[in-house]
Amino acid sequence: MVSAPAVVEVRAVVGTVPDPELPMITIEDLGVLRDVRIGSDDRVVVEITPTYSGCPAMDVIRGDVLARLAECGYEDAEVRLVLAPAWTTDWISDAGRAALSEHGIAPPHPAGRVSLKLSVRCPLCGSPDTREVSRFGSTACKSLWTCRSCLEPFDHVKAL
Amino acid sequence: MSGEPGTWDGRADSATLEPRTEYVLGLADDALVLSHRLGEWIASAPQLEEDVALANIGLDLLGQARSLLTYAGELEGVGRDEDDLAYLRDERDFRNLQIVERPNGDFGSTIARQLAFSAYQVELYGRLRASDDPTLAAVAGKANKEVAYHRDHATQWVLRLGDGTEESHRRMQAGLDEIWPYVAEIFDPWPVVDKLVGVGVDPTALRDSWSKYLSAVLTEATLTMPEPTFHGRGGRRGLHTEAMGYLLAEMQHLHRAHPGATW
Repeated sequence: MVSAPAVVEVRAVVGTVPDPELPMITIEDLGVLRDVRIGSDDRVVVEITPTYSGCPAMDVIRGDVLARLAECGYEDAEVRLVLAPAWTTDWISDAGRAALSEHGIAPPHPAGRVSLKLSVRCPLCGSPDTREVSRFGSTACKSLWTCRSCLEPFDHVKAL
Repeated sequence: MSGEPGTWDGRADSATLEPRTEYVLGLADDALVLSHRLGEWIASAPQLEEDVALANIGLDLLGQARSLLTYAGELEGVGRDEDDLAYLRDERDFRNLQIVERPNGDFGSTIARQLAFSAYQVELYGRLRASDDPTLAAVAGKANKEVAYHRDHATQWVLRLGDGTEESHRRMQAGLDEIWPYVAEIFDPWPVVDKLVGVGVDPTALRDSWSKYLSAVLTEATLTMPEPTFHGRGGRRGLHTEAMGYLLAEMQHLHRAHPGATW
C-alpha cells in the first residue's frame, strides 16, 4: 500500500501543470484536476474534467500531465476524463482568480446565485464601466468585453 | 476527433441496435450534424463576433456528440469508436432529426433553427440529468448549462431581428417559415423511448414547455409562429432529406480518403 503522503506529493506534481489556453493558471487552480489516486499496483490515476463539453484543451492537458509525471519518475500513470459533477467556475481558486486578473482576464462572478446583472470590472484599470462586446470569445469559457474608461478590450471567464 | 483506426469488423447492422444504443445514437447524431452545419458559418457570418459565437456553439455540440458517440460505441460492443461512428456510417444509419441537417440558408433561417433546437435541448437535457443511466445523466448535467446559453444567444438575435427593421423582420419571419416544417418531428413519438423508462426522455412530453418559451419570444419579437403545410419525418429511422448526403460527403470525405491518418 502506498502511504498518504505519496498521494499528496503526486497531486502537488500534477497540480503544477498549467492550462494550455490559460497558461497563467494551473489545472489545480482552474478546478479541472479532480482527483489523484495511487493504486495498490503503484499506478497513478489522475481524473480531469472539461470546462465545457467540447473543450479542445483536454487532449493537451492529458499529455502534459503524463509528461510531468514521467519527469518526476511516475512512468506508470493514466489520465481519466470525468464529466460528473459538472465543472463550475466556482471551482476556480482565489489564487487562480488573482492570476487571471493579473494577466488581464476578468475572473467570473459566483455562478447562478445572483439574478441581477453584475458589472464586470476591467482587469486593466479596475473600472466597473465596461460592456460586453460578444457573448462568445477566444475560447469556450470566455466572453469578450471592452472598458469604457480605459477603452481597452479584455477577456472575461463566464460564470458557469 | 482522435483515436486509433477502428477495429470494427463491419458486421454491425443498425437494424439490430439495442434500444439504449439507438437512443444515444439519435441524440449524438443530432449534436454532431448540427455542429457541422454551424461550422459552415465560420468566416461567413454577418459579423466576426458571430463567426466566433456559432463556432463556439458548434464546439459545445461537438463535445456532446463525442461523449455520446463514444458511449453508443461502448453500448453496441462491436468495437466501434467515435470516429468509426461519425465517419464510417452511411446516410441510412444516421438517426438525427431532419431539422439539424437542413442547409443553413439565410442567417435568419439558421437563427430560427438555433432558437427552436436549443430550446428543445434545454427541455431535453434538463430532464435527462435525472436519468437512471449515469453516463447520460453526466453528459446532460454538463450540456444543460451550455444549451441554455445557446438558447439565450438565439433569443437575443430573434428579438433584435424580429423587432428590428422592416428588412430584418421580413428575413427573420422567412427563416422561421423555412425551418418550421421540420420542427414537429422533434416532438414526434420515438418508439425506442417506451423501452427505456427512467433512462430516456419522451420527446412528446417536451412540447408544451417548449411552445410556451417559443411563443413568448416570438410574440415579443413581433413574429408569427408558422403553421407549416407539411411535416417532415423519418430522421430517427434513418430517412433523410436530400441535403444529408451532401453534408456527409463533406464531413466524411477526408477520413475515408485517408483511412487511419493522424497528425
